[in-house]
Amino acid sequence: MIAGLLPFALLGAILGMDVVTFPQAMLSRPIVAATVSGALGGHATFGLLVGATLELIALETLPFGASRYPEWGSASVVGGALMSSVSVRGSTVDVSAALAVSVLGALATAYIGGLSMIVLRKLNAVWARAAAHALEAGSYRAVVGLQLRGLLSDLVRGALLTGVALLVLRPIVAASVARWSVDARLTRAVVVGIASTVAVGAVWKVFHTTRWAVPCFVAGLAGGVILIVVTG
Amino acid sequence: MSAETGTPAPVPSTGTRATILLRMLAIQGAWNYESLMGNGIAFCTEPALRMLPGGPDGPAYRAALARQAKYFNAHPYLASLAVGALARAELDGVPGGTIERFRTALCGPLGSVGDRLIWAGWLPACSLLALAVFGLGARALVVVAVFLVVYNAGHLALRVWGLRDGLARGLRVAGALAGPVFRQGPEYIACAGALLAGIALPVALARVIGPGRGEGGLIAGILVVTALGSVTLARLHGRVEGWRASFVVLAGLALYAVARHG
Repeated sequence: MIAGLLPFALLGAILGMDVVTFPQAMLSRPIVAATVSGALGGHATFGLLVGATLELIALETLPFGASRYPEWGSASVVGGALMSSVSVRGSTVDVSAALAVSVLGALATAYIGGLSMIVLRKLNAVWARAAAHALEAGSYRAVVGLQLRGLLSDLVRGALLTGVALLVLRPIVAASVARWSVDARLTRAVVVGIASTVAVGAVWKVFHTTRWAVPCFVAGLAGGVILIVVTG
Repeated sequence: MSAETGTPAPVPSTGTRATILLRMLAIQGAWNYESLMGNGIAFCTEPALRMLPGGPDGPAYRAALARQAKYFNAHPYLASLAVGALARAELDGVPGGTIERFRTALCGPLGSVGDRLIWAGWLPACSLLALAVFGLGARALVVVAVFLVVYNAGHLALRVWGLRDGLARGLRVAGALAGPVFRQGPEYIACAGALLAGIALPVALARVIGPGRGEGGLIAGILVVTALGSVTLARLHGRVEGWRASFVVLAGLALYAVARHG
């Protein structure tokens, strides 16, 4: 079981780093990370489903400077892995319940991940303080050493977070899906309702101060509704 | 021209520029709450500083590296502009005190302009584009590829431009931020983002709901919940975070669904 977690832990490590330390190419966005994780678990489409739902929720959290925010990279890997592990039977009930608990598991991991980033930032400060004299003397080794230590620690942080989260959450999620008693459509409606609520709130927060944003949004909404009607 | 020696200032080679660009991707590797990305600026400018008189063992190199490792804050992508400008200033032999004041002056604009352009503009717009592509039924690979290609076209272009312009302008780099991309770009991107949001939200939600969405007023119910919920969230702005509220609601649903099973 532990060996099966290793590829996901490695993926979580790499995508967890992408959030802040390297290379910030937004490989860590849920729609990417959860999809790749789902593909690693053999179900890219299920990964995409949980990734899109998490992306709607993640629209709200913008990674401004020193602000504290959930860590979506490793969390989305966990979400995609959970979804792909419990949806294998493929019935409608399984997929809906799996979506709900996978998103829930990812949100819990994102919260813990955010806290782990704060701890790492404090550790980086401790190491920088310890190297203060060398830095003031213009030491190449001190500058590069601090950078590499921070990068490596972030890699380890992401791996541990992903591995431990999967180890803890997989059995819980599997048991929850097996005992899920709420109608599949209602389950999805709750998941979609909460994700869309957060997404609309986020879009409002981000764009409402722009002069033409409201007419643009309304025009887009009309286009989106027409697309749904046309494509059935 | 070097201010100290009166000789032509060294020009970083293509290899040095490529090394700086590569290091720029890890500029926040040692980010902390005290010096923020200060060490990262030293790490990125270091390849250029080796060209100072005396080389990497000389006093000029050590003094410059120590200066660059001090507190610094900026948007990580736009920090390339600072890295280029600071490297240029050091190579030009600008006095240390002037460089330190210049560093301090750069922090604010590079942070606020980058946050507005990227975190509050380009990133959500690209996310919404990916969600729209997802909602239109695209396969997983297509959704991921569209997001990564479009987002990183902007991301990498900004980093490359920043380094090049910073190295060319040195202390006169403030003019680079007065360009149309930074003045009008956020507004255009916000409009495009709002348009994409209008398209993406209904189609993405329809795909997540899946087959049978038209039955039993399901869509209508979700729309009412979304409208009421988002207005509430907007009114509570800053006091309740949506992702935390999502966690509470989903945890409640999971507990109910499992407990009801008996």
